[in-house]
Amino acid sequence: MQKIGVFVCWCGSNIAATVDVERVAEAVKSEPGVVYSTNYQYMCSENGQAMIRNAIKEYGLNGVVICSCSPRMHEATFRKTAMAAGLNPYMVEIANIREQCSWIHKDMQEGTEKAIILARAAIAKVLKNAPLTAGTSPVTKRALVVGGGIAGIQTALDVADAGYEVDIVEKSPTIGGRMAQLDKTFPTLDCAACILTPKMVDAAQNEKIDILSYSELESVSGFVGNFTVKIRKKARYVDETKCTGCGVCTEKCPSRKGLNEFNMGLNTRGAIYIPFAQAIPNVAVIDKTQCLHFRTGKCGLCEKNCSAGAIKFDQEDEILERQYGAIILATGFKPIDASAFDEYAYCQSKDVVTSLEFERIMNAAGPTKGKLVRPSDGKHPHEIVFIQCVGSRCSADAVKGKQYCSKICCMYTAKHAMLVREKYPDVNVHVFYIDARTPGKNFDEFYRRAVEQYDVDYIKGMVGKVEVEGDHLRVQGSDLIANEQVVIQADMVVLATAIEPDPTARSLGTMLTASMDTNDFFTEAHPKLRPVESPTAGVFLSGACQGPKDIPETVAQAGAAASKVIGLLSKDHLVTNPCVAHSDELLCNGCSQCENVCPYGAISYVEKEVRGPEVRAVKRIAVVNEAVCQGCGACTVTCPSGAMDLKGFSNNQIMAEVDAICR
Amino acid sequence: MSMSENKAWKPKIVAFCCNWCSYAGADLAGSSRLSYPADVKIIRVPCSCRVNPLFILRAFQRGADGVILCGCHPGDCHYTSGNYYARRRMTLLFSMLDYLGIEKGRTRVEWVSAAEGAKFAATMNDFAKTIGELGENKKLGDLRCKE
Amino acid sequence: MQRMIVDRLKALFAEGKIHRVLGWEAGEFFYDPTPAFFDAENVENLVYDSFCGSNVSKYLIAEAAKEGTVAALLKPCDTYSLNQLATEKRVNREKIYVIGLGCRGMLDIEKIRRAGATGVTGVEEKGDELTVHTLYGDKTLNRKDMLLEKCLTCKGKEHKVFDEVIGESEDTTSQDRMEMVRRLEAMSPDERFAFWRKELSKCIRCNACRNVCPACSCVKCVFDNPKSGVSNKAAADDFEENMFHIIRAFHVAGRCTDCGECSRVCPQGIPLHLLNRKFIKDINELYGEFQAGEQIGGRHPLINYQKDDCEPSVVYQRGGDKG
Repeated sequence: MQKIGVFVCWCGSNIAATVDVERVAEAVKSEPGVVYSTNYQYMCSENGQAMIRNAIKEYGLNGVVICSCSPRMHEATFRKTAMAAGLNPYMVEIANIREQCSWIHKDMQEGTEKAIILARAAIAKVLKNAPLTAGTSPVTKRALVVGGGIAGIQTALDVADAGYEVDIVEKSPTIGGRMAQLDKTFPTLDCAACILTPKMVDAAQNEKIDILSYSELESVSGFVGNFTVKIRKKARYVDETKCTGCGVCTEKCPSRKGLNEFNMGLNTRGAIYIPFAQAIPNVAVIDKTQCLHFRTGKCGLCEKNCSAGAIKFDQEDEILERQYGAIILATGFKPIDASAFDEYAYCQSKDVVTSLEFERIMNAAGPTKGKLVRPSDGKHPHEIVFIQCVGSRCSADAVKGKQYCSKICCMYTAKHAMLVREKYPDVNVHVFYIDARTPGKNFDEFYRRAVEQYDVDYIKGMVGKVEVEGDHLRVQGSDLIANEQVVIQADMVVLATAIEPDPTARSLGTMLTASMDTNDFFTEAHPKLRPVESPTAGVFLSGACQGPKDIPETVAQAGAAASKVIGLLSKDHLVTNPCVAHSDELLCNGCSQCENVCPYGAISYVEKEVRGPEVRAVKRIAVVNEAVCQGCGACTVTCPSGAMDLKGFSNNQIMAEVDAICR
Repeated sequence: MSMSENKAWKPKIVAFCCNWCSYAGADLAGSSRLSYPADVKIIRVPCSCRVNPLFILRAFQRGADGVILCGCHPGDCHYTSGNYYARRRMTLLFSMLDYLGIEKGRTRVEWVSAAEGAKFAATMNDFAKTIGELGENKKLGDLRCKE
Repeated sequence: MQRMIVDRLKALFAEGKIHRVLGWEAGEFFYDPTPAFFDAENVENLVYDSFCGSNVSKYLIAEAAKEGTVAALLKPCDTYSLNQLATEKRVNREKIYVIGLGCRGMLDIEKIRRAGATGVTGVEEKGDELTVHTLYGDKTLNRKDMLLEKCLTCKGKEHKVFDEVIGESEDTTSQDRMEMVRRLEAMSPDERFAFWRKELSKCIRCNACRNVCPACSCVKCVFDNPKSGVSNKAAADDFEENMFHIIRAFHVAGRCTDCGECSRVCPQGIPLHLLNRKFIKDINELYGEFQAGEQIGGRHPLINYQKDDCEPSVVYQRGGDKG
């Protein structure tokens, strides 16, 4: 006999304000199977949970319905409660009367009636529930980090430090990422390379870490604890094991037209190149599109000059297949394309640069050896205008730009302004800004130093237009405090372009079924409580791929992601979701349709003797691998005979809910 | 139908929502306090591909006036491809219902992500409005002559 | 032709190539040959004439599971069903010896009766001339006008799967098979509703459509299974027949070869094939031309997808008014 207990939560006034909880508890008493019904202020509290445990024991309940917040919030909590009282955790159903009822309805009558119907649906469902037992699956004790910037490096180092093997897959020829391109870092003004390169070396020397540079993910299958990943190791036409990084080839290469990616295209490099002096691995790579050997079949100077014999023109892409227990996404960001912002004359003048380009100009290892000169004519500038929020904080109906704040621009612009004024006191620096956003340790102090000590001219207002006038740039903007139009004849304009997720993130998201927001940043499992996990189990988020971040935040999140990964890898087995598909062998036609729609390859077929009241025959039947099935239910609808059903969301359970709602 | 009966009619709307996107979107609508009619009752399913046409017909059989299916946006399915199958199934089912002379507005598919609380509320408001205008669902229950 | 078939079958039996034959035997009347199995001893009783319209491929599910090889006599249109069953692994192609039979289109006794022939005792065919013997004398009709509905939308004279072919076939197409679907689509929703209400109201749930359908070959139908939650052997409310026919059409969508047997066997004359054809038409228009049973293997449109498939809202945009 079914004995159902119903527990209606007030959630303080969150539910009780618009749902008459007592009436709900009273109304469901007459529902079939219900033997106990009550209400309480906070069901999730220890007292509330004790009430549930006691009632399960006292009334011998074999099913529990909690009318409360969303199951996404506390389903796991109440399942544990039931388990503690000896009830199978899958005999608990939640009626969502907060997010989907009390919070959206203002009228008490209406809210109460809806809550009663939702409670009835949950009762109808739980009457059809069956106890489920979770299985287990083994954990491959190896992690994959996608992206070798500071986020990926830090995560890999932390995971390796705990004793687990980690692979870093980096799409470019070296690890280091964006941070390697930076000159100084705010708010301490320490040099980025000085703090990053030791970490790069640590990663390279760590025997637990395998760096797969110039590589990309090809495909991912499997699930938490058991991912199988195919990695494409792109041909660099240089034998990594032989190249010593001496750099002779890069000097001898006659092709000099390739844009230097590391310097944001501000200068050129050879067709064979090492991205930068501290690159890891310190191995050359050939840009096939520029290489004379590949384009004309002639040349081969690098090959002739390589004493190590490392040049391999016949190298091909290699596909590696590896197993991982966890995958950490650390794909980072890129600045948006400034050419969309025509009003700032980015495409018309070389002297309009983005902040990252400016960063390279200021960098001692950059194209100008750190000397501040105009890209157009190499002359020393005297007036520099910085424009904030280029492509950030745009209105929702704007045709271009992002709605979000890119978070780091206020601070790095203050840094740039300060560095310019420090090194070149003769240069006047103007900054157009909407707000100076400086929440962070020592951030506002830093910004105020720029204004007060370095006399940077901060102008609150936006720039309407930048026009090329002779060899000057006419910057026209508004000063909202003085309430007047400002025109500045500038020698250089620096655009604080918004940052956006790296374009490879989208395909990775699809490959991993890791959800993304409308801006292609990866979404976290919970915005507050699970900030470094993707909703997809076994996938973790590190750094700016989750949202704009500065270096300290990135490193903090990278460490947090690592700790979650370590927690996962430290387990020998994972408990699997018992809500999986199951085929009734008496009903199965063996028609193979379900196999075709299963995204996980969880269904196979066997010839088996089946015995039932009406059948006794050897027939082909579908079998579900419960460790592989993720419980989507695609197979259940494909199955015409209804042999395939989903535990926890069975045909009968869903139809019982339908019936209860439509009653 | 008399006026008083007309007033008494409250639409019954069943919304099947996938656990990963649309159900979370509905929760977000709730936590953002974006209201939509109480006539809408949500059934949580793991994926839009779990929704069998039988469930939809069952809802109509039991007196639903409208059935809406919400899932992750194409390309964003938690299970990679579930919503693609759901999309074909529902397209064909809805076309069949139309072919049988059932009002088109009574069925709908909408893709709502976990971040789209506002879209969820707006969708439900619009769907409820459509169902309100179509009135009580008689045709489906009535396709077979009672004579 | 019947003689040729029987002789050939005898030879095949003698060679040990086949162990049983699936074909037709004489029914109670000359116009109702009935699907039957034969062995070497009784194969003389086999019948093949212009009333062998029935599609026998469904019987192969049970028969091919047994020991030995079964010879299946299939008209061109029947071969699609066999391919579909083989695709779904319901039959083992290896255990079936397919003899493709020549077909000039099959006759519809009801049409002959409607043409004014009562007390029919037999027919004689000479080209397109059909002489009907009746208790009241002979009547001459045009054979082409007396063909089964399904033959008017013939899928062609080609056998899609065979080990050998006996006799010549003709393509008897004289109609656009989607014409009636298009006519229904062009009606107003209320007219369509009235049409289907009238048609589906005739249903007596005899299950003939389901039992004859080669795609409806579930070990146990959901509508017969008390555990399925939708079983309804005796309709409890007015909606159940609708549900039965919609779901039946949906379950065979993408798998239905449009063999037309459902409508042919319906004692109430409900044009059930128009439901299946609607799905076929939609599939062809929305997802590209597809013919179930064209070959063995592959994925039908409902177990397949394209990332840029149309949205379900296409239904609202296509033709007709909203509502």
